[in-house]
Amino acid sequence: MTILVLDGGLLTTVQDLGRNGSQKFGVIVSGAMDTYSTRIANLLVGNQQDEAVLEITLVGTKLEFEKDTVISLTGADLQAKLNEETIAMWRPVTVKKGDILTCGFAIEGCRAYLALAGGVDVPVVMGSKSTYMAAGIGGFEGRPLQQGDCVSTGSCQTDTEEMINRIIHRSTPATWSVPASSLIKLHKNQTIRFLRGSEYDAFAEESRKAFITESYTLTPQSNRMGVRLEGPPVQLKEKLELLSEGVTYGTIQIPPNGKPIVLMADRQTTGGYPKIGQVITADLSSLAQCKPGDSVQFIEVTLEDAEAELLRKEKLIEEIQIGIKQKMLDT
Amino acid sequence: MTQHTLLTIQPLGDSAVTITLGQGIHPEVHQKVKGLSRALEEQPFDGMIETVPSYNKLTVYYSPFEVYRSQSATLGTTAFEMVTKYIQCISETIHETAAAKGRLIELPVLYGGYAGPDLAFVAQHNGLSIEEVIDIHANGEYLVYMIGFAPGFPFLGGMDEKIATPRKETPRTAIPAGSVGIAGMQTGVYPLKTPGGWQIIGHTPTPLFLPELSPPSYLQAGDRVKFRPVTEIEYKQLKKVTS
Repeated sequence: MTILVLDGGLLTTVQDLGRNGSQKFGVIVSGAMDTYSTRIANLLVGNQQDEAVLEITLVGTKLEFEKDTVISLTGADLQAKLNEETIAMWRPVTVKKGDILTCGFAIEGCRAYLALAGGVDVPVVMGSKSTYMAAGIGGFEGRPLQQGDCVSTGSCQTDTEEMINRIIHRSTPATWSVPASSLIKLHKNQTIRFLRGSEYDAFAEESRKAFITESYTLTPQSNRMGVRLEGPPVQLKEKLELLSEGVTYGTIQIPPNGKPIVLMADRQTTGGYPKIGQVITADLSSLAQCKPGDSVQFIEVTLEDAEAELLRKEKLIEEIQIGIKQKMLDT
Repeated sequence: MTQHTLLTIQPLGDSAVTITLGQGIHPEVHQKVKGLSRALEEQPFDGMIETVPSYNKLTVYYSPFEVYRSQSATLGTTAFEMVTKYIQCISETIHETAAAKGRLIELPVLYGGYAGPDLAFVAQHNGLSIEEVIDIHANGEYLVYMIGFAPGFPFLGGMDEKIATPRKETPRTAIPAGSVGIAGMQTGVYPLKTPGGWQIIGHTPTPLFLPELSPPSYLQAGDRVKFRPVTEIEYKQLKKVTS
């Protein structure tokens, strides 16, 4: 089955959970910015959690379905409509041939995730379907979706297909939805937890204080590579020359202008700016849902807390997975 | 003999660690980085995702959830402790002799002209003739310390100070893939068409980023690189073969 792209919107790309294992060759990880929403979206249509989805940014995407199927929409609330009706998020939704999904403006969050039963049928490049825009590989022809593109969905496993058929043919639509608020937050003012970075002590006392007491605003230059922040400048005690080294998702770098940059999914593999901190993995999805103009307040936590929070959310996803399966069997 | 490396392991957030194996840009320090990355790749711990070597450090990426699920609790109470213990154990088993010298790779280069528009500037800046710059650049043997910045982009060490030249004041908006450049004390090759401020002295027809191959990067950390000057005729023949 295929989906016809009527409008690619601001930025719509195919993403899975990232291209791991090739960073030593300078190949960036890419992947969905908000991995929790991606994983839940997939579970809702019977896919594996790491299947590719469409990441829809802020505004404007319009798609037409060319066959009956089941989809799910998670993440940001882009006031999406299926034909004329507001589409329910965080639950499986049946679509008919000829139905049109239209995204409006983001009223909450920044990125919505559209999962399709069977996933997205694009080639696997270096172990991933994610779009690597700078190198023009992966995803749909290595680029964002645009008007006229025909995106094919993959094929479901037999038991999934049976389940999907049941959902399509049942008389009443699903009335339940996954409670996502304990996984991700979509507020305009986010509290983001971080761990100290390796150069934390090299920053001036008043800068370290400002970093945790003041809030920082996302600038319009923020994108899939990095969240760029405006706020009280963060200064080093004295000039520091560092050699480039491996960085990761959530690394908070401070370039010479003192304005923090949090590295996101499309970050380069290595960097040489001093690192004041590292956003905890459990909060990356919430940060990925911040849009320009939103603000973040950083709070320091311990490594033990960061790990505990990550494990708590993994447990929660396991429970959600069991819950979804149960609901689907009930139908 | 075991390599009594004093290594420090620092968390890079909750899902990666940075291991420091020495200071500065030295082949001996880098040898240790490569030795540890090889050992970890041959014997990864459960939950390990990948490693990224740099000049004097090795970054190891892992899933704390997978580490918890599979490691014995005797190694520690947090995933970070478990990973740290494992890396310390494995580093004690590394022998100096195991760290073999990297491959020697020759890159053909057409210097100057349309292939290297900044070659004359590099010569002038250093008070050398164009031929002298080519001679110095092509006679060096360069160590690939790391691949980063762009896919397949080698950070090379070992360039002669005599041809060091600062970056361009205004970066070019697009530098063709294969361009050989100089930036300060560094030399390197652009694997993809990207914007950049390096002084471009030549062009190699050898592709450095091959996404359809495994590994996708022609060069790897630890390799040694030599540049071989070629004539325009040979350059065009080589280009035909590789395109």
